[in-house]
Amino acid sequence: MAKMTLEELRKLRDSKRNDLRKRDTEGKNIQVIVGMGTCGIAAGAKVTLDAFLKALDEKNLVDQVLIRQTGCMGLCHSEPTVEVLVPGMPTVIYGNVDDKAAKDIVEKHLIGRELLDKLILDRPAVDIINAK
Amino acid sequence: MHFTVCDLVLDLVQNATEAHSRIVTVAMDESDNQFRFEVQDDGKGMSPEELQKALDPFHSDGIKHPHRKVGLGLPFLVQTADQCGGGWEITSNKGQGTKVKAWFNLENVDTPPLGDIPGLIRMILLLPGPTELAVKRTLNRRNRQAHYEVRKTELQDVLGNLEEAGSQVLLNQYLHSLEEED
Repeated sequence: MAKMTLEELRKLRDSKRNDLRKRDTEGKNIQVIVGMGTCGIAAGAKVTLDAFLKALDEKNLVDQVLIRQTGCMGLCHSEPTVEVLVPGMPTVIYGNVDDKAAKDIVEKHLIGRELLDKLILDRPAVDIINAK
Repeated sequence: MHFTVCDLVLDLVQNATEAHSRIVTVAMDESDNQFRFEVQDDGKGMSPEELQKALDPFHSDGIKHPHRKVGLGLPFLVQTADQCGGGWEITSNKGQGTKVKAWFNLENVDTPPLGDIPGLIRMILLLPGPTELAVKRTLNRRNRQAHYEVRKTELQDVLGNLEEAGSQVLLNQYLHSLEEED
């Protein structure tokens, strides 16, 4: 692979955009927010972030998800922490999200629309998490 | 402790982006035996007393986390640089900004692995806050050379919203290509 120029990057982007237009882009507002404070970085938040990108790319979901970085969310004991917002589902903060957990979140939460009960750190209330 | 030198850089840049900065510039210079970096911001800065406190691992300004007593960002950098024959230098002016420089001896066994530079640059560009983030990279090894500079605003112009996962996949591809030989 040779060095790309910004112009080549723009063309690549345009070609991907055309692909995307053919698809249904409804529900683009899924958000995955990864804590990137000292605590998150030390616990491996980079590995987590990379795993989300890889899983979303593999599942062809990159056009529907925003991946954002934020500072410490105050849950340093359970880093890496990830907040997941899916329209129509309760907002959840997951803890101890390693690369495998990131893949599970994409498959089960983002695609399967199910919460991963055991990884939930905060929100929603306990009785909702365990209600089946 | 951070696992890689890249993690230390990311932590420092994250501090800079949280300091109400408008422009943050990062320079990374790598040779066969040394890695140096510099992070400069135009944010709120620190007085000499505040800087002294920031170097204390058992101090936090208490603004973001009112009851916490630890702040490990700068102490991690100082400890790591000191233990591996590297060094660090911080200059800060209240109301004007902060500049952090550090260097690591890549031949010292106690130096952490360097880490994933293109991945680090992608994460730097995605940190929220400043309107401009610029990263300048110089790689000057016997068998590998690269010199480039990337800017958040320029990449936003090309890719659109960088927070879209699709933009980040392309950004990753672009940044990896810049590390290649011509």
